[in-house]
Amino acid sequence: MHEVSIIQSMLDIAFDQAESQGANQIHQLNLRVGAISGVVPEALQFAFNSCTEGTIASDAKLEIEWVKAVCYCPQCHAEFTPHDWVYVCPRCERLTHEIRQGRELQLVSLEVS
Amino acid sequence: MCLDCGCSDIPEGIVKIHTHDHLHDHDHTHPHDHEHPHDHHHEHIALDSDRRTIAISQSILSQNDRLAERNHGYFMAKGISVLNVLSSPGAGKTALLERTMTELRDRLKSAIIVGDLATDNDAQRLRRSGAEVIQITTGSVCHLEAEMIAKALQQMHLDGVKLLAIENVGNLVCPAAYDLGENLRVVVFSVTEGEDKPLKYPVMFKTADIVLISKIDLAEVVEFNRELALHNIHQIAPQAKILEISAKTGVGMQDWCQCIEQSLQKSLAV
Ligand SMILES: Nc1nc2c(ncn2[C@@H]2O[C@H](COP(=O)(O)OP(=O)(O)OP(=O)(O)O)[C@@H](O)[C@H]2O)c(=O)[nH]1
Ligand SMILES: [Zn+2]
Ligand SMILES: [Zn+2]
Ligand SMILES: [Zn+2]
Ligand SMILES: [Zn+2]
Ligand SMILES: [Zn+2]
Repeated sequence: MHEVSIIQSMLDIAFDQAESQGANQIHQLNLRVGAISGVVPEALQFAFNSCTEGTIASDAKLEIEWVKAVCYCPQCHAEFTPHDWVYVCPRCERLTHEIRQGRELQLVSLEVS
Repeated sequence: MCLDCGCSDIPEGIVKIHTHDHLHDHDHTHPHDHEHPHDHHHEHIALDSDRRTIAISQSILSQNDRLAERNHGYFMAKGISVLNVLSSPGAGKTALLERTMTELRDRLKSAIIVGDLATDNDAQRLRRSGAEVIQITTGSVCHLEAEMIAKALQQMHLDGVKLLAIENVGNLVCPAAYDLGENLRVVVFSVTEGEDKPLKYPVMFKTADIVLISKIDLAEVVEFNRELALHNIHQIAPQAKILEISAKTGVGMQDWCQCIEQSLQKSLAV
């Protein structure tokens, strides 16, 4: 279960920050997750619920912002949004592997008190 | 009532200075005229005057990425080319590396790091090839991380070693997210797994520099549709070089070894 590792890394960052800013409780964690980050939001939520038990984030909400993939066609010098896993340029139909967005796995902010 | 700015608490005529810099969206209207650059929903429960936002904007894998970068620098300095070998369980990673290291033995000093959930069976098999082998037993962790590699490196004698192969845990999902500091990502899939493997695990295949179709000696028996498999790989991973091999009969091993030696020259040339 890779999502558990992800959540644990996320909580490491969150607890460090909360502590250094003198917070006693975390109410919400705002996360950005890319479509090709390889994680499943439902699995993240599940891991989150079990990893936060008994911590200062035990009542916290996990807010996930989903980031869609954006590719780049080196022939057209243009970005495009792929429809599925085949990244084919809508203008010239060339396949590309250049990814401009969608790998994100980022802790954006915390809401604490 | 707004938890973050306490808007509705503000009596008419008193100017409240906003100290919060978070982005959120309000379902309620604001009977006062300050601006809100807000774009997400939050719940307005009890007002807690201490509640505030801490901006972080940090990649969750940044620690792994940093350590991977450090591993990479170490390999470059030593002139070692590093393969990260990935596949689902049983696709033939160990058999491939056993044969590869045996074939390269006279030309290239090699070492192997092998990750498994439990047992050191793979390490014992790989030692027969003459390469130095370090086993990482991950317990419940289903992938290798850069830190595990850094620790393993401390126990290794890499003087004179030119090639390091890392056999990742058999898993086509999460090792995709963890850079180990390698030069080449090699994704192996066997003819017995079906032609649609790349479609089922696109995230992993998109990270591949090389895709190896393994156990090609079994292709006929399992009625492997070669054209379809090549097509699927190319669609998902147009960047990847594709090779067909059998660790059993040796088919394709020469091309594969050549590939490795080329990557070695590249890593030395930098
Ligand atoms: N016929 C045939 N069998 C192979 C070939 N390569 C591996 N095998 C067999 O496939 C099985 C699994 O091979 P391994 O090399 O252990 O696979 P692996 O990917 O290292 O497995 P894990 O480490 O458990 O993920 C063994 O029984 C091998 O003998 C091949 O090229 N041809
Ligand atoms: Zn194009
Ligand atoms: Zn508000
Ligand atoms: Zn307000
Ligand atoms: Zn193995
Ligand atoms: Zn994992």
